[in-house]
Amino acid sequence: MARDADSLNVQSATTESPLARRALIGLTLVFLLLVLVLPLIAVFTEALRKGVPAFFEALGDAETFSAIRLTLIVAGIAVPLNLVFGIAASWAIAKFEFKGKAFLTTLIDLPFSVSPVISGLVFVLLFGSHSVLGPILKSYNIQILFAVPGLVLATVFVTFPFVARELIPLMQEQGTADEEAALSLGASGWQTFLYVTLPNIKWGLLYGVLLCNARAMGEFGAVSVVSGHIRGMTNTMPLQVEILYNEYNFVAAFAVATLLALLALVTLVLKTLLELRFSDAISSGRRH
Amino acid sequence: MEVRVKNIVKEFARFPALENVSLDIRSGELIALLGPSGSGKTTLLRLIAGLETPTTGQIFFGDEDASQKTVQQRNIGFVFQHYALFRHMTVLENVSFGLKVRSGDRRPPADEIRRRALELLDLVQLSGLETRYPAQLSGGQRQRVALARAMAVEPNVLLLDEPFGALDAQVRRELRKWLRDIHDHTGHTTVFVTHDQEEALELADRVVVMSKGKIEQVGTADEIYDTPASPFVYGFIGESNVLPVRIEGGEIWFEDRPIGVKAEGHADGDGRLYFRPHDIEMLEGCGGCLAGIVTASRRVAGTRHVEVSTGASNASVEIELPIDRGNVDGSRLAFRPKKWTLFR
Amino acid sequence: MTRHRTQRRWQIRQPSVLPGFGLALGVTLSWLTLIVLIPLAGLVARASGIGLSSFLALAADPRVIAALKVSFGTAFLAALINVVFGVILAWVLVRYQFWGRRIIDAMVDLPFALPTAVAGIALTAIYAPNGWIGALLEPLGLKVAFTPTGIVIALIFVGLPFVVRTVQPIMEEIDREVEEAAATLGATRFQTISRVLLPGLAPAVLTGFSLAFARGVGEYGSVIFIAGNRPYVSEIAPLLIVIRLEEFNYAGATAIAVIMLIISFAMLLVINSIQAWSRRRYGYGA
Repeated sequence: MARDADSLNVQSATTESPLARRALIGLTLVFLLLVLVLPLIAVFTEALRKGVPAFFEALGDAETFSAIRLTLIVAGIAVPLNLVFGIAASWAIAKFEFKGKAFLTTLIDLPFSVSPVISGLVFVLLFGSHSVLGPILKSYNIQILFAVPGLVLATVFVTFPFVARELIPLMQEQGTADEEAALSLGASGWQTFLYVTLPNIKWGLLYGVLLCNARAMGEFGAVSVVSGHIRGMTNTMPLQVEILYNEYNFVAAFAVATLLALLALVTLVLKTLLELRFSDAISSGRRH
Repeated sequence: MEVRVKNIVKEFARFPALENVSLDIRSGELIALLGPSGSGKTTLLRLIAGLETPTTGQIFFGDEDASQKTVQQRNIGFVFQHYALFRHMTVLENVSFGLKVRSGDRRPPADEIRRRALELLDLVQLSGLETRYPAQLSGGQRQRVALARAMAVEPNVLLLDEPFGALDAQVRRELRKWLRDIHDHTGHTTVFVTHDQEEALELADRVVVMSKGKIEQVGTADEIYDTPASPFVYGFIGESNVLPVRIEGGEIWFEDRPIGVKAEGHADGDGRLYFRPHDIEMLEGCGGCLAGIVTASRRVAGTRHVEVSTGASNASVEIELPIDRGNVDGSRLAFRPKKWTLFR
Repeated sequence: MTRHRTQRRWQIRQPSVLPGFGLALGVTLSWLTLIVLIPLAGLVARASGIGLSSFLALAADPRVIAALKVSFGTAFLAALINVVFGVILAWVLVRYQFWGRRIIDAMVDLPFALPTAVAGIALTAIYAPNGWIGALLEPLGLKVAFTPTGIVIALIFVGLPFVVRTVQPIMEEIDREVEEAAATLGATRFQTISRVLLPGLAPAVLTGFSLAFARGVGEYGSVIFIAGNRPYVSEIAPLLIVIRLEEFNYAGATAIAVIMLIISFAMLLVINSIQAWSRRRYGYGA
């Protein structure tokens, strides 16, 4: 039945007065300005405080360059690992009914409720020099802590649930009818997955990877604990920001921060575009 | 309280929902707004409630112009199609809500509110369920809570939007009779919207038949059924046949022959003849009749519905025959409408 | 394809024609065990190796207690503030059409996407005594950066999207009929919102609160720059873990971590129970 909003007329029963509406919108805008917008602007103005040349000089630093490289390496390993895991986990959880499913889902979410610092701590306790594994690793000359493997492990832990969380509700909504149809037409299991399931979930998958990557590149607490802060060796970009900042090299710190902020903005734009264009191909039950 | 709808026009963004609608509802009357979806019946109900504002026109409650009042000020009772119960409140809290939100001296004391709510729950036969939450009730029970909640504010007019729409057939029939009893008991002026003609004809004092934003006819069940005012009403209410006919010299002609029906007072020309399947007389032999071959038949309760292909154009007509005529498939029948209406 | 419904056999999963369950579950469980379960078990093992009496002694350290108080207190306050503004923000985004609404909607996720260290130094730059806002507050005698207030600000930043993104979808599903019903019964707009709509949103708000709170308790990167990190005043528990680690005091670090985890899980348990109770009683939760 016709029930269009008829806002131009006398005040409708289900809206606030124009004054209240404007007040609420105004309040929201001020709050967002203070909490979200100003910090973002501050990153860029602080970075350019001493001019554009100083900005680029700071970015050209060799240690900064190695931090960027390390961040890309860590994310480049951690994200694909969690991608494979996320697909496997959501296939098992969304397409099958089995005992302990709810419990498994809770376990997958576990890293979300653990402080990043504790996420790093668990690996220090596991591989540290006076852990059980420590001496063994040392005898084989395997370096995990204060090296790339430790950074990767901590990052994988922290970003563990991202892809699975995006995919599980999406695949649950889609059900199993498509796959059953493909199988009934003679497709093999892998063919069914590649030609039927994957196209159905590709945008949701991309969405999950995007968020996973943003967190992987930006993670601070967990990698801070396992990195050992060896300059030019085990410092990722966020850690480099901290070191520069603590050395009162503000322009350089904010210069590196701009790169991370740009990453965040690109992530947000892509995320928004995905939501606008493919809202039906991304889970509606999505929650962060 | 009597409700008068005067020259209401309602336009939504692109299309007109109501075109110059006027309606007088008498005090204490139970009236049905009947029509297919898109006919504007729910819009009219929501306009009376104040949930929509008319583009032009007025609505009077008694002598008071209610169009100037907000929905809150109109003091109406509205039962929503899906009940819209407050799910975090108990049944009792739901029913008391309208009294509790009153301000200052218009709000009765707490024990009075409770007493009235319990009384209403008794009226709708839900005593003992007052501490339940809506999620713990059946569909029919929710419906009755919604009605009790709407009646608690002693409304000027009680408005119900498809009150039985979400219930299954069995519960529907029970609640229909029960709503009639409640109405007779309380005497609230009541307007309900329905697309179910059986419901409207059985329940309402008067039925308002609507189509495409206009009122087609207002009348009692008998008037609507026996003397439909327009082809739409004829077609919408009950079953009917339509034949293209011609009037010549006070006789109705179908194709090349008169059908033995006098149309005195009608000018010559083309028209459409409406008649109901059971308003016919069977004829032996044919000196002015409709005649044709039976193409299909089906048993409906105590009668047999027969489809007859008649005339050169093979116009299909459905008539009702007594069961004792036996199987008539393929045979030739002759008949003539006893009661009919001619629309030009 | 035949499906046997064998009642006698105990079944882990219900039958399905889809393949790959074993492989998918195998990968999932192995990866989960390796990455999450073994490391966390290691933490628990290490904690139980400390012994109860020394664990209690470590836990009773006044600096530890002060740090826990700061962490949980500021996280609670920030989550509370986020509930107020988050609900208003979600309302504005769901109900009002205005220029820039989509941009604001997208902006809400900024704290998810912006690395915490970047947020930390940016907030510090703004709220420090010589910063844009800090300089305005300084003459009023208000200090934000390098005080617990600064921590609250950082945690508001970090937790805001949790509340908004939890409440927003539930708000979108509010049945307009319910609001209209309240209006027809004579409720003013304010009464409709406060008595009908907000109570209906309570489970979602509670979930958003707990998510923001849990995140705030564990937050590290955005806080350490703005907090000032004065022991007993503005030192958060995660930072104290890091300090203990730098002192090679593994037992101390483990003890704090275990206490934090226990408190957080206990709270999540309570909140989940409230949700389950709400679902049973009212037929809805979030």
